[in-house]
Amino acid sequence: MDEKILHILETVKDPEIPVLSLVDLGVITDVVVEGNNVLVKMTPTFVGCPAMNYMKSEVETALLQQGFETRVEISFEKPWSSDLISEKGKAALKKYGLAPPPSNKIFTDLEILETSNCPRCDGSNTEMKSPFGPTLCRALYYCHDCKEAFEQFKPL
Amino acid sequence: MSIALKELLYKMADDQLILGHRNSEWTGMGPLLEEDIAFSSMAQDKVGQSLALYTLLNQLGESDPDTIAFTRNANQFHNCVLVELPNQEYDFSLIRHFLFDTAEALRFEMLTRSSYEPLAQLATKIRGELRYHTLHANTWIKQLGSATPESIGRLQKSLDYAIPYALGIFEASPHEDDLIKSGVFEGEQKLKEKWMAKVESIITQTSLHLPDWNLAQPLFGGRQGKHSEHLQPLLDEMSEVFKIDPTAEW
Repeated sequence: MDEKILHILETVKDPEIPVLSLVDLGVITDVVVEGNNVLVKMTPTFVGCPAMNYMKSEVETALLQQGFETRVEISFEKPWSSDLISEKGKAALKKYGLAPPPSNKIFTDLEILETSNCPRCDGSNTEMKSPFGPTLCRALYYCHDCKEAFEQFKPL
Repeated sequence: MSIALKELLYKMADDQLILGHRNSEWTGMGPLLEEDIAFSSMAQDKVGQSLALYTLLNQLGESDPDTIAFTRNANQFHNCVLVELPNQEYDFSLIRHFLFDTAEALRFEMLTRSSYEPLAQLATKIRGELRYHTLHANTWIKQLGSATPESIGRLQKSLDYAIPYALGIFEASPHEDDLIKSGVFEGEQKLKEKWMAKVESIITQTSLHLPDWNLAQPLFGGRQGKHSEHLQPLLDEMSEVFKIDPTAEW
């Protein structure tokens, strides 16, 4: 994908997690540049993600400000998975206080989602309280080591 | 082929929209905060998934998703009757969630192999999301289905009531053979067999009992637009704001 365009898209952040760029989140699946025209293909994290239209217009605005004619297409051709979050993105999530998702390879049996290290104290004595949290992509946990609740970015 | 495909997409999208709406009625009413959030999140997932399915229909020449969702009457909806039944108490909502979402997860799993590529792509995506729904349902059914005489009694009563409606999920389409031959979908009969095995594998881990499948009478009609008296009031409420000004920009 075009480096210059990706560099501009680095400035567009997830509206719910302002430390994470859309590029690091892995929702930008393709960029096609022809002269001044840019086609960006995006895919939602969750099909029902209510922030999708907002992110789409943020991408258009960011590229327009740099003088590019932009079209954004939402597609399921390359479906999003939490494994598409970059290492930089995972580090940013942890720093923000959200446990990064474990590899979705272990996702076949959901019972093992019961463990996630605490993003604050790195403790492993944690318990999943609910697979559903304040947004579709987050689950609720409790850390018995530091006695604090925390959220995890869900593996998908 | 396109008629058969549209019929399949309509019934799936309508199931998601109507159950999504029912789930949203738990917002602010859940027995625990976590359950309130869980049913609200599943509502958001299901309504979002219905939008994606209505978008596929739109690409096949049907009206735009808002028009499809908000301007049809009950007899134009193809959801199964199970999803339109009122929430009642938490035990019924939980049993319905378990019975329906088990079928739904298996349906999307089968559709990842659909010969209709846009549906196969979407199914691959939705299948992953639904694992959280079935995890939620299975966890609670296993826990409450083996807990106290009251929780077991309530779930058993709801299970007995819901089974005929749940069998209505698998009402055959008039285009069943077309769908199977063209590889779009492997068919309701095959789905039903997988569903019965999956439901049994969870229920046998509890103190609950399934009815004899051979004696259970399915309640059909929803797929042909024949609904209970509960659907139209749901649609009236769901479309109330939209109908104030259908041309409004949101």
